[in-house]
Amino acid sequence: MDKLPLHIVRRPELDRVFGLLRDNAYTLIGPTRRDGVIQYSEIRSLADLPIGYSDRQAPGSYELVKSETPRCFGFVHGADSWKRFLFPPKRRVFGASRQAGPKTPFDIDDLRSPPPAYAFVGVRACEIAAIGILDKVIGSELLDPFYRQARDKMFVLAVNCIEPGGTCFCVSMNTGPRVTRSFDLCLTELGEEFGVEVGSERGAALFKQLTSRPATAAEKELFRLLLERASERMGRHLETEGLPELLRKSIESPRWQTIASRCLACGNCTMVCPTCFCYNVVDSTDLKCRKAERWRYWDSCFTLEFSYLGATSVRYEISSRYRQWMTHKLAWWHDQFGTSGCVGCGRCITWCPVGIDITAEAAGFRETAPPRAVPLTPQQQAMPS
Amino acid sequence: MNIPGPLSQKPRLAVYKFSSCDGCQLQILELEDELLELAGEIEIAYFLEARRQALPGPYDIGLVEGSISTPAEERLIRQARKDCKVLVSIGACATAGGIQALRNWADIDAYKKRIYPRPEWIATLDVASPIAGYVYIDFELRGCPVNKRQLVEVLSALLAQRRPHLPTYSLCIECKRAGIPCVMVARKTPCLGPITQAGCGALCPKFNRGCYGCFGPAETPNIAALGRFFQEERNVSRPAMVRMLRSFNGYLEPFKTSSDDYEQCIQP
Ligand code: SF4
Ligand code: SF4
Ligand code: SF4
Ligand code: SF4
Ligand code: SF4
Repeated sequence: MDKLPLHIVRRPELDRVFGLLRDNAYTLIGPTRRDGVIQYSEIRSLADLPIGYSDRQAPGSYELVKSETPRCFGFVHGADSWKRFLFPPKRRVFGASRQAGPKTPFDIDDLRSPPPAYAFVGVRACEIAAIGILDKVIGSELLDPFYRQARDKMFVLAVNCIEPGGTCFCVSMNTGPRVTRSFDLCLTELGEEFGVEVGSERGAALFKQLTSRPATAAEKELFRLLLERASERMGRHLETEGLPELLRKSIESPRWQTIASRCLACGNCTMVCPTCFCYNVVDSTDLKCRKAERWRYWDSCFTLEFSYLGATSVRYEISSRYRQWMTHKLAWWHDQFGTSGCVGCGRCITWCPVGIDITAEAAGFRETAPPRAVPLTPQQQAMPS
Repeated sequence: MNIPGPLSQKPRLAVYKFSSCDGCQLQILELEDELLELAGEIEIAYFLEARRQALPGPYDIGLVEGSISTPAEERLIRQARKDCKVLVSIGACATAGGIQALRNWADIDAYKKRIYPRPEWIATLDVASPIAGYVYIDFELRGCPVNKRQLVEVLSALLAQRRPHLPTYSLCIECKRAGIPCVMVARKTPCLGPITQAGCGALCPKFNRGCYGCFGPAETPNIAALGRFFQEERNVSRPAMVRMLRSFNGYLEPFKTSSDDYEQCIQP
């Protein structure tokens, strides 16, 4: 496990790290406390971090509480993911304008502002895995230049999770809680100090400028124990053995209908999922019909428009939309991109307004008989099937 | 949605008002940046709230605010349909009946007697109805009031003869794009966002409040599921469910039937 040497820095050194990153023209984005949740937004110093707060997450429930230990990273992620910065929810693709009326030539402006060089602070292991998945999907297939540039420039200041959230299951998905790849520097909170691992040359160059000392044998042991304990305290568990095949066989299961009797088709799960990449492209014109713009928006397979083909939506019933979401994440993603589409972050569980738990629902398909089928509501009966 | 045929060289606009609070017409007047541009592209021929002079029809585009509540309004809307190539109802009153449609569940004669000294002078229809209950409508813009951006989008689309882009999915999608912390999850505040149509930019959650559904039902609202959750997990009573569904859009399906079901103690 302990391939990389562990160093120890004192807490105020983190402010040095932030300062050095800023000096190198990085825009620092990290966890902040806003309206009672952890949100990723611009930070400048240690004081901007929600020090002394921890989160309580459960299906459909999130609470930020003051904790006894004044840790800097005593919480896991909130609803935000780094996707918001690498693949923004709304983005202007290009504009076109012309001076005179119809049929006159027009100019295209695709002066897309390049992304800033982001330094992401407090990136968790599952989030690094999620960025790895986005790299495959958006970086290599959609070939979005904004994503590519943002991705190439970004600095990852990772944090090892020693206190997993109530809906986390990264251990099941083999993505955490320990950060092992694709980072520049990785922090582990060891009491009042930080354990630091260096993961790249960029990270090493920065680390050289800090005051540090090698970890003692006892500190290395503490580090190991904390991460081991974190692995054992996952809020959720998902049995992945044979899962894609199981879901494939369950396509006609009445269980989808049972889930749909609770699912609002609100799309929150796909919006917060750090690997969901679906988007819609919308054109608009102005009142004078001289300017047009093309915008890209995050989309969701829970909308009717998503599967609209010519005359109707293919996935009209909520059951078929939930099925699309779950089978894409846990089954078809393997065929499409060679990995699971789920990194076990638990966001979709916490931020589902009615607390539908993807791990529990997936486990349900392992039971032979579905639960008592819920009768169709008049609304559902009225829907064309 | 039909994309209407070509409009006149300088299209003529009429803005009608029926039973309503004028708030949606104010949204037009509040289009400060675009208003001059709009006046350049179209002739504002009939808009009593903005212009004293009323030019006679026919018109290319008619924007209709308010619900149909009186026999006179019924006559006028039929005439408006004849006068306008494209008729767009704007706001919850026009698309759903609005707040005044709550009287559709009450005894209107009792109201009249209680409020007016000479109730026999009050000419009113039995129910306050959305415009689409009387005439064919080309587009509907939801909201109480309508969203200015959506207004501009519909007018721009009509002028360019393209399809307007008006989402019909849940408000949650807009709310999440905007990065607003979910009030249901983080505050345990009941929010109608999951069953409400997007369009307002998640105004209420932005201010830490639950959405109260002023944009009306989303494309396939699972009211039963949200209602069960509210009752079982958020201590929302049946009468409260009825009140939540019966506000600006209470007279619009499926809010209407669901609210009736809750009232009659049927789980919708
Ligand atoms: S499916 Fe859910 S748990 Fe898995 S990565 Fe997406 S949000 Fe996280
Ligand atoms: S689950 Fe739905 S929104 Fe997410 S990537 Fe798949 S199809 Fe797109
Ligand atoms: S699973 Fe939950 S978050 Fe996802 S669409 Fe259904 S109700 Fe919304
Ligand atoms: S606050 Fe309301 S609208 Fe926003 S995500 Fe939550 S339930 Fe949906
Ligand atoms: S959040 Fe809901 S109630 Fe508030 S303005 Fe938007 S649609 Fe209306």
